[in-house]
Amino acid sequence: MRHIISILLENESGALSRVAGLFTARGYNIESLTVAPTEDATLSRITLVTSGSEEVIEQIKKQLNKLVDVVKLVDLTEGEHIEREMMMIKVRTNGKDREEVRRLADIFRGRIIDVTDSTYTIELTGNGAKLDAFIKALTAPILETVRSGVAGILRGEKALHT
Amino acid sequence: MKLSGSEIIIQFLQDEGVEYLFGYPGGAVLHIYDELYKQNKIKHILVRHEQGATHAADGYARATGKPGVVLVTSGPGATNAVTGIATAYMDSIPMVIITGQVATQYIGSDAFQEVDSVGITRPCVKHNFLVKRLEDMAETLKKAFYIATTGRPGPVVVDIPKDVTAPNIKIDYQYPDQVFMRSYNPTVKGHPKQAKRAVDLILSAKRPMIYTGGGVILSHAEQELIEFTQHLGYPITNTLMGLGSYPGSDKQFLGMLGMHGTYEANMAMHECDVLIAIGARFDDRVTGDTEKFCPHAQIIHIDIDPSSISKNIRVDVPIVGDVKTVLSGFNEELKSRKEKPDQKALAKWWDQIGKWKAEDCLQYDRNSSLIKPQLVIEKLYEVTGGDAFVTSDVGQHQMFAAQFYKFNKTRRWINSGGLGTMGFGLPAAMGVQLAFPNEKVACVTGEASIQMCIQELSTCMQYELPIKIVTLNNRYMGMVRQWQEFIYESRYSHSYMEALPDFVKLAESYGHIGIQIDKPSDVEDALKEAFDKYKNRLVFLNFITDQSENVYPMIMTGQGHHEMYLSSASRGLA
Repeated sequence: MRHIISILLENESGALSRVAGLFTARGYNIESLTVAPTEDATLSRITLVTSGSEEVIEQIKKQLNKLVDVVKLVDLTEGEHIEREMMMIKVRTNGKDREEVRRLADIFRGRIIDVTDSTYTIELTGNGAKLDAFIKALTAPILETVRSGVAGILRGEKALHT
Repeated sequence: MKLSGSEIIIQFLQDEGVEYLFGYPGGAVLHIYDELYKQNKIKHILVRHEQGATHAADGYARATGKPGVVLVTSGPGATNAVTGIATAYMDSIPMVIITGQVATQYIGSDAFQEVDSVGITRPCVKHNFLVKRLEDMAETLKKAFYIATTGRPGPVVVDIPKDVTAPNIKIDYQYPDQVFMRSYNPTVKGHPKQAKRAVDLILSAKRPMIYTGGGVILSHAEQELIEFTQHLGYPITNTLMGLGSYPGSDKQFLGMLGMHGTYEANMAMHECDVLIAIGARFDDRVTGDTEKFCPHAQIIHIDIDPSSISKNIRVDVPIVGDVKTVLSGFNEELKSRKEKPDQKALAKWWDQIGKWKAEDCLQYDRNSSLIKPQLVIEKLYEVTGGDAFVTSDVGQHQMFAAQFYKFNKTRRWINSGGLGTMGFGLPAAMGVQLAFPNEKVACVTGEASIQMCIQELSTCMQYELPIKIVTLNNRYMGMVRQWQEFIYESRYSHSYMEALPDFVKLAESYGHIGIQIDKPSDVEDALKEAFDKYKNRLVFLNFITDQSENVYPMIMTGQGHHEMYLSSASRGLA
């Protein structure tokens, strides 16, 4: 099953490689990994998407907790949560395609963030399935896509903090 | 007090109470070595290869319970230390390894003797640090010792660039008495509700079994374990790492379990209804086929490392905590309970165990005209009165030592259990002998293993370490040969040892005593000579043993505890 694990990590050099290294060393999957500092400059937050049996996920969480740089973690998929991914996609738009791409971006609540005579670059946010659906719906040739990986947060009052 | 980086390192190690520093100098650590030269509190032991330094520090740590400390240079110094670091990591041994690094401005430039030590050691350390700023030096070193010695212990590497140790840059130094780390707080106390549940289950057992590992020793919980076991009157087995934590000659002790464990220990594991696992991690050499593991048992597991619980075997009552704390809680709880174990069921259970014991699974041919390796270990046990420190390398000799030397005292059996590192025995014995200069220290080894760190004979000469090297020389990598005999139809692919040195002359060339023993009748006298006449000398005992001897019992890969081979006859061969 797919799990989203959110990790608060000491913002130290090498901390990320400890997390990534753990996954390769123990043969766990990483589907996506998103890392950025938090409002507290000493902490980074990782959102990590992985999959495996319940036993494997339990081990992953225990092994992550064992890393000295890991301050706290939560499995978002255990409760109500929100997940988002951001994508920027550059498409070739000639002639009649141009209007079609714009309409499609509107339907998906995307925004065109860069324009040339023959291209649009569209920004789109949502869960992975929505981004996939947009790519599938596009008829214009795709020049480039970049996706952020998943960022997630718990719903309601609960929060991941030190 | 204003000190340079090098002065801080040495002053800190003194303040931390470090007695021995095992190391080898090189460019990146020359500032540190210069400070070392100016003091005499910390004794530096100059090894002949950095692997030796790490194993020696490791042996010191296992024998004393104090962290072993290593100092090596950058690049090859650090990479040579990796095997020793991984060895300590697998067996959860507290160590701090200081590695020199090229100056900060050269990091990443492929400088001379540069290697990413933090990156290379990351998968085999509990934690590691790169000290980029002098201001962080003292606190980082304190964190390293704190992490290495608390929770589930392990090695910690501190990588220090040369410029941070420069003699001309000084800052204020104060010994940091303690450190706080928000991200590191090992659980010590077990959950009280779980402990009650565990005790209920323990008392309800009809066929109980206690299975304990190295965690008991690491936690200094030997007394608590003895009290617990003897109060209940239950049978107990130790893992390879746990030997000595419970007296090996006690009547409740069934011997070691696992791949080369005793018949009674493994059968009791297979048939028990309640298994009490304490500071042990259900390693594959212990469990055999996990599908067939303890099929009738409810399992209680005490371990300080949550990730050890239900990793290989699903357990019913997990207790995360320090073994000593949890066991003393159990002992109090047991004393306060009115109910006692079911004596009738227990008597029946011991009766059954007695039948398994009667198989005499460790029997061997005592009338052989060749020296049987088992005989050497039995005689070693007798001659040393059972209380020597015994280090070992890896292979058949290691298993024979584990089976035939009854360890009645803790921290006397020192071997590489998890990583299985050939070359461990001799340098580990150096660390032990330095810590206990007046005790008997034997290194049980084979002619293959001993050659992996044989250069340390030179270190032994320098520091006059009177280690007794007990070499079971069968001219084969015995355990490899055994597997090839069993599994590969005796195709002995590259497991022979030809072109061996004359070990007697080799020992003599290092200023030691060398003795070769060819006949069973000479075994005892040779050992006596080594431990009595040459008490203060290193003696290299080269026992020419039976080439064809195998280690029994044996559980083959994919088999369960009840499917042991007891002899070549039970393999259908004799």
